Amino acid sequence: MIEKIKREGMLVAFTLLGFLIIAFIVVTLGNMLATQVVQDLGGLIKAAQDPVVLDSIWLSMYTAFLATLVAFIFGVPLAYILARKEFLGKSLIESIVDVPVVVPHTAAGIALYTVFMHHGGLIGAPLSSLNIVCEDAVLGIVFAMLFVSAPFLINSARDGFKSVDPRLENVARSLGASQWHTFCKISFPLAFRHILTGSILSWARAISEFGAVIFLVSWPRIAPLLMYERFESYGLSTSRPIAVLLIFICLTIFIFLRLASMRWQRHDSD
Amino acid sequence: MIAIKGVSKNWRDFSLKNIDLEVRKGEYFVILGPTAAGKTLLLELMAGFYKPDHGEIWVNDKNVTRMPPEKMGIGFVYQDYSLFPHLTVKENIEFGLKLKKMPKEDVEKKLKEVMKMLDISHLSHRYPRTLSGGEQQRVAIARGIVIEPSIMLLDEPLSALDARTQIRLREELRRVHRGAKLTTIHVTHDQTEAMALADRIGVMMDGEIVQTGTPEEVFHSPIDKVVAEFVGVENIIEGIVESSEEGVTTIRINDHIIEAISSAEAGSRVRICLRPESVTIAPSKTTSSARNTFSGAITQLVPLGATYRVEIDCGFPLVALITKTSVEDLGLRVGKKVCASFKASSVHVF
Repeated sequence: MIEKIKREGMLVAFTLLGFLIIAFIVVTLGNMLATQVVQDLGGLIKAAQDPVVLDSIWLSMYTAFLATLVAFIFGVPLAYILARKEFLGKSLIESIVDVPVVVPHTAAGIALYTVFMHHGGLIGAPLSSLNIVCEDAVLGIVFAMLFVSAPFLINSARDGFKSVDPRLENVARSLGASQWHTFCKISFPLAFRHILTGSILSWARAISEFGAVIFLVSWPRIAPLLMYERFESYGLSTSRPIAVLLIFICLTIFIFLRLASMRWQRHDSD
Repeated sequence: MIAIKGVSKNWRDFSLKNIDLEVRKGEYFVILGPTAAGKTLLLELMAGFYKPDHGEIWVNDKNVTRMPPEKMGIGFVYQDYSLFPHLTVKENIEFGLKLKKMPKEDVEKKLKEVMKMLDISHLSHRYPRTLSGGEQQRVAIARGIVIEPSIMLLDEPLSALDARTQIRLREELRRVHRGAKLTTIHVTHDQTEAMALADRIGVMMDGEIVQTGTPEEVFHSPIDKVVAEFVGVENIIEGIVESSEEGVTTIRINDHIIEAISSAEAGSRVRICLRPESVTIAPSKTTSSARNTFSGAITQLVPLGATYRVEIDCGFPLVALITKTSVEDLGLRVGKKVCASFKASSVHVF
């Protein structure tokens, strides 16, 4: 054993360090879930029957879905261009895509509020003159979520398209396929696993968003906001069941989609 | 027929310079050149994947320079075959047919024909990653020819295969070409492949086509030293023409005289080149029709599988390619004195 540690000292150290970071994640979540279930199962069941809680979780989930859908529609074409074409200012565009990830989300929330508020907001004011309201509305939640989550989908889709050999597209063209047909039949299916992973990440990121949303929309309440409000007013025992419930639902969906995307893997070229 | 007229292109690390090339209908044309000569890029330009910076490409008397690749009707097989990994063999092959909006029965019929021709019917439902290199190659060729292209472009189609499969598929390619009378352009760096398949060869160096001709012309009369070295003419020797009469030229190399068939003028400095397989070795001087015989000692013997590369110092270095059996029968070894001879007609002067 000591011999082995001497021989592979570095790998042993790395394993130990890696184990600690994994333990940190597992212990934090596991402790909360276990404490809730063991000490206060009744609270959890009560929360699961509370229409206010269920509404806010449902709101978070479907607004996150809408944000991911919008990111998909606008992001996938952009990702393809970024993967395939070289052009002036490409690295600038790529940096802009990454900006929402590095901007503090409360700061993003202020920025979103400034743009989408109905009194004087650059986009919010003209929209409200058309009777489209972002402030304290579902639309506002979707915009805020879109801002913080789109980079995950775009970057993942770009990596996906990059992993598709351009020669496959060339051959498809030589066989008589138009650019559009080649995209639909070759590039998209082969990049699909990456795009799906990106969509899951984007969706998960959108559900978890708090800071970017609350300045623009404090009602209807998304799940993280409800959790925070309950914590402020009633403390841990009221807010923790919502957290456990949200994590449980998200993890279930996440694992399901993960398994679905693994089935796709066998067709990948890389 | 495809004609490349003054085509130039800069792309990443490659550049093609003013390429002129004409490939006739039904011809098997091989573009032969070392790695990074720009051969693949030239093929991709012909297929319309990229557009040239200058010049024009004509297919069957039609200017197709700006045409999108899907309208060109040109088949393409890449070195790595580029089969669609998410489609089965059958789906790969019918990809192009389905786009032609053919009746379903015709699609099935054509599929059957081409799969039978290339002996891949049994692979129909397999995915590309489960196939061997040779099988993938057949599928790629089937996928290309089934749409009945006017021209077939093959980019190093055999170089990723083991030697035995290479030889088998080389014969297959020739058979398919003859059967379909399909104009084919085949890119390779392998001289044997070129010699075995080509009706004509275009030698490509540093983005230029430097010589075009039949395999005999290219291998026996390379246009310059670079081509000669590339096509495997190992004996390139400098000398001065002493006299030239009735097509027979005598060339002085140090203290030796070589006879060659050429029209070089007396007094001019020339290079002679001679393929190593044109040199024969005998233990002592014999009478033969060969005009050039030199004695010398073997300086090196390099085994190359079935043959040996034999270097002899005849007052000038001479390389011969001798079969292993001959080497054993003659008892050749380093230091042994031998007589090397070659015909005047196998010497090329430039």
